[in-house]
Amino acid sequence: MGSKHTNELTYDAQQCSPGSSSQAFSVVNVLCFLVFWLCIINAWAVVLSACFQARALTAQTAETDAIRFLVGTQSLKFDNQIHIIDFDDENNMINKSVLLHDAGEIWHISGSPADKAVLTTCYSKSEFCVCVSCRPASESRVLTCAAVWRMPPEWESGNHESPDDSSNNPQTLELLCHLDNTAHGSVACVLWEPMGDGKRLISLAENHVLLWDLQESSTKAKVSTATLEGKGQLKFTTGKWSPHHNSTQLATANDTAIRGWDLRSMSQIYCIENAHGQLVRDLDFNPNKQYYLASCGDDCKVKFWDVRHINEPVKCLEEHSHWVWSVRYNHSHDQLLLTGSSDSRVILSNMVSISSEPFGHLVDDDDLSDNEESQQEDKGKEPLQDSIIATYEEHEDSVYAVEWSVADPWLFASLSYDGRLVINRVPRALKYRILL
Amino acid sequence: PLWIKAAAPSTNNNSSSTTPPDSDPNGRRRIHSMLKLYYGLNEEGKAADQAESLDPCDINGPHFDPEVYLNKLRKECSLGELMDHESCMVKQIRSLDSDMQTLVYENYNKFISATDTIRKMKNDFKKMEDEMDCLSANMASITEFSARISGTLQDQHAQITKLSGVHTLLRKLQFLFELPARLNKCLELQAYAQAVSAHRRARCVLQQYSHMPSFRGIQDDCHVIMEQLAQQLRQKFRDGGSSAKDLSECVELLLQLDEPAEELCDKFLSHAQSRLEADLQGLEAELKDSAITDTDILEFIDRGCNEFVSSLCLVIASYQELFINQMANGKLHVFVDTLAARYFSLVERRIQEEKGVSDNSLLVRALDRFHRRLQAISKLLPGSAVPSHGTEIVVQAARERIKQYLSALQTFYHDSLTDVRQALAAPRGASSKDATPSLPELLASLSNFILNQLKSVLASVHLFTAKDITFSNKPYFKGEFCSQGVREGLVVSFIKFICQSSRQYCESAGDRGGSTPPALLLLLSRLCLDYETSTISYILTLTDEQFLVQHHTPVTPVTALCAEAREAAQKLLNHYVKVQGLIISQMLRKSVETRDWVNTIEPRNVRAVMKRVVEDTTSIDVQVGLLYEEGVRKAHSSDSSKRTFSVYSSSRQQIRYAPSYTPSAPMDTNLLSNIHKLFSERIDIFSPVEFNKVSVLTGIIKISLKTFLECVRLRTFGRYGLQQIQVDCHYLQMYLWRFVSDENLVHFLLDEIVCSAAHRCLDPSPMEQSVIEVICERG
Repeated sequence: MGSKHTNELTYDAQQCSPGSSSQAFSVVNVLCFLVFWLCIINAWAVVLSACFQARALTAQTAETDAIRFLVGTQSLKFDNQIHIIDFDDENNMINKSVLLHDAGEIWHISGSPADKAVLTTCYSKSEFCVCVSCRPASESRVLTCAAVWRMPPEWESGNHESPDDSSNNPQTLELLCHLDNTAHGSVACVLWEPMGDGKRLISLAENHVLLWDLQESSTKAKVSTATLEGKGQLKFTTGKWSPHHNSTQLATANDTAIRGWDLRSMSQIYCIENAHGQLVRDLDFNPNKQYYLASCGDDCKVKFWDVRHINEPVKCLEEHSHWVWSVRYNHSHDQLLLTGSSDSRVILSNMVSISSEPFGHLVDDDDLSDNEESQQEDKGKEPLQDSIIATYEEHEDSVYAVEWSVADPWLFASLSYDGRLVINRVPRALKYRILL
Repeated sequence: PLWIKAAAPSTNNNSSSTTPPDSDPNGRRRIHSMLKLYYGLNEEGKAADQAESLDPCDINGPHFDPEVYLNKLRKECSLGELMDHESCMVKQIRSLDSDMQTLVYENYNKFISATDTIRKMKNDFKKMEDEMDCLSANMASITEFSARISGTLQDQHAQITKLSGVHTLLRKLQFLFELPARLNKCLELQAYAQAVSAHRRARCVLQQYSHMPSFRGIQDDCHVIMEQLAQQLRQKFRDGGSSAKDLSECVELLLQLDEPAEELCDKFLSHAQSRLEADLQGLEAELKDSAITDTDILEFIDRGCNEFVSSLCLVIASYQELFINQMANGKLHVFVDTLAARYFSLVERRIQEEKGVSDNSLLVRALDRFHRRLQAISKLLPGSAVPSHGTEIVVQAARERIKQYLSALQTFYHDSLTDVRQALAAPRGASSKDATPSLPELLASLSNFILNQLKSVLASVHLFTAKDITFSNKPYFKGEFCSQGVREGLVVSFIKFICQSSRQYCESAGDRGGSTPPALLLLLSRLCLDYETSTISYILTLTDEQFLVQHHTPVTPVTALCAEAREAAQKLLNHYVKVQGLIISQMLRKSVETRDWVNTIEPRNVRAVMKRVVEDTTSIDVQVGLLYEEGVRKAHSSDSSKRTFSVYSSSRQQIRYAPSYTPSAPMDTNLLSNIHKLFSERIDIFSPVEFNKVSVLTGIIKISLKTFLECVRLRTFGRYGLQQIQVDCHYLQMYLWRFVSDENLVHFLLDEIVCSAAHRCLDPSPMEQSVIEVICERG
């Protein structure tokens, strides 16, 4: 553990403040010590300071062996980076690699489900020149674009040995395809086809749904669109591609409404008006129950919907004390639900009653001899109720993204605005109760 | 002659006595006694005297012997004594002689007249003897005559006696012979009672002599007539048109005619039933019409009582009078029960129609009358289930009534809330300020309205337990009605309803974006809080006092209700904070989202939206201040608005922005803010607030500023954009500190906003603090 401490310390110091004074160093030391101390008192948390502000987090979808998260930084002044965070489960070690993303600050990131080296980012490109001290040009504007990138093949090789090298010479992402959106406005997010071959993706730009079909070699794209018509300036905030129905459905959020789309006809199939009291911030599909959908928003609530009965939510949680920015179902055990909020908390809930797993215990009538035993077991093992499993308070700033690991279903990461990534595990006791 | 004989010896005797006869009364008595002795009238008691007088020496005795006496004296006495004795003797003789002479003289005339009378009598008696002889002769002849006459009259007397016997018999026979005619006449005149009594008189005789053909004929005739009569009676009975009294008379007659009692009884009941059913149908018709004709329940019950119940009572009474000896009561019970059940169902229907809660006394009086009249049945027919059923109906009606009152109270509550809502909405539209009441007035009037309504309802319900109401003595009305019905069912339920509906305001309004005006939330919150502090206990005490509730069953304690009210108040206030915070948040969010912050011009003044925020906050402050107390705030300096901000801007902000041209800047700011956050407490944005103004305002401002922060973080700023944010934040700083409990909170959040804006700025060159201040003061 001691070695890791020093490792992280030096890493932070060199990474974040290459030219600062000695006084700054000492401050950094103190801070990192504190951070690390936090990590020690919470046995299941590993804390990492990304030093940049960050909003974008994704698990590397195609990577099923290593526990790996991608974090996109958000900075207007420096070259933005994509941090590849590897978590070594056995040693509780974090390894970080950095790739340069010089196109602009990253608002959204998403990994290809087929090729672990391919990812998309939504980035804002400012056409404003910082160095010139003149008045801002009247034509300057900020536009969020999206692109498909490929990680350079060498990034993995040089990283593990010396993080110093990678930080000194970060490699640049290779642009595969620019998802041109100049006609449609800023892109809110890009979605890969779930379980697809990594060829189809959707971008949500202002009030348009753009379906892209990457050609061979992934450098060119064909596009078809659907447009949301209505009063006022409609703008998609987020969306989710449903993994069910052969990936023909999409759910989007704009303002307080949730809409479902059929991708074959590119038309709306359902609309939950006023799904939340205020803005809907995130959506997620239940990976095992095809009609179930979770949503969260600025009214501090998490709601569960059956899209066949859209008048009332199936269930409603109100545990956060500020806007809920992110909601994620566990990929294998859909009773586990993760939410991140700008009250700096991450909450892990156990929604047994609406999960796909059988609710309560089935008593075997055949085993009459084992009856007593099973009864005793039942006493010890009362059926799980819908409950909050844990509230994680390691973050000091708003948490904008949470994500489950693809490789290990009991592991998740959360990212706060101050660039801190926290990796937590589902409590062991609960894990065994679910598994056994 | 008797007199003379008597007089002489007495004189003798007297002269021989030693004492003078007139000397004293004793002497006279002695004279009398001596006279009596002489005439032999002596009594047995005088035997001693006789023995005494045997002495021959006794000069007064009858056996006196002068010789013996003289010898004795000579022998015994001296000369002197003899001389004395001789002279005494002479004296005595002399006095006795004079006495005798007096007596003779006295009695002489009487003696003469007596002699005359006797002589006259001798003559008269002779005449009378003749007359008596004549009389006796006459009497003898009369006796002879009389004997002769009686001898001759003896035969005739026997004949007369026999004749008079025949006469009476003949009269009886005449009655019998006339009977058919008489019966016919009675039949014609419908004097059935006479006919029956006449027939009864003759019946035995006819029965006895029925072997004689003539009597048999009469009997047969009579039978025919009586049969006819019975037929008519039955007819009359069957028609049933007559009154119950007639009917019972009819039955009585038929019974006397030896009709089978059971059959009659059935018929009687069936007739009674048909009549009672007619009554019931009348009631039912009225029940149907009641919607149109608008008769009140008292009239209905009155009619029911007067028509149905009284006829039922009459039927019961006459039944018992007529049949009770022959029949078991079972039939009557079944009869009464079935009819009463129908009656009850009608009454129940009518009671159910009684929905209006305006006048409870009418219902109570109607129920009272209903109940009272049923008591008559219980007296007439002990052991009947009818009165207890009636009581059940009353109890049921009372229960229903409580439910109706509860729902009426609930509607009233909703209505008054609607009124309040309108009153709250009015000031925005109408400019006339004096017409619209302020919040505290509204609260007071709402609270008073509810309390008064509750009181009046309690008063109405109290009628059920009034002393002069017969059923108020029933155990239900003494116990369960008071505790379970009124206290739990009405008062507690109403209070719970208030809390419940208040909570609903929080839930429903949350999703639809403030359909409830925030002021109403605030008002309700205060109302619930007031209920918690005083009103609930007051209402419950009032109820307990009025109804003398004895809690047999567990009742909701005051504390539980208070807790519920407090919870509702808390929820409402939280929701108020949320709604108000949301309103301001939305303003801030729109202002941040819609502006192009990159290409904005240099700030010249504070943006209008900030002024609006401050204005709104101030008005909220005023609004809350009307209903809630100030609350505690952490101590702060008198001039916080300037001083603290200047410190904040000069020292910390300088550190933040000054190195921003060097590459290490983001790390520095990050570090500083991280350190700051590490040591500052976590701020819960949507957290419960306390019941005071400062806490409420703090909550609202927290929500607003946090929204501002999050929105700023989503935007990209140009140089002037950042400067505009600086100006805005300074302006907010100047005005908002005074509303919150801990001004550091505002500092921290504003600090965070400016800091985030600086991060999101393409060209972070902050504005001079002095310029900011000038702009803010100007605007």
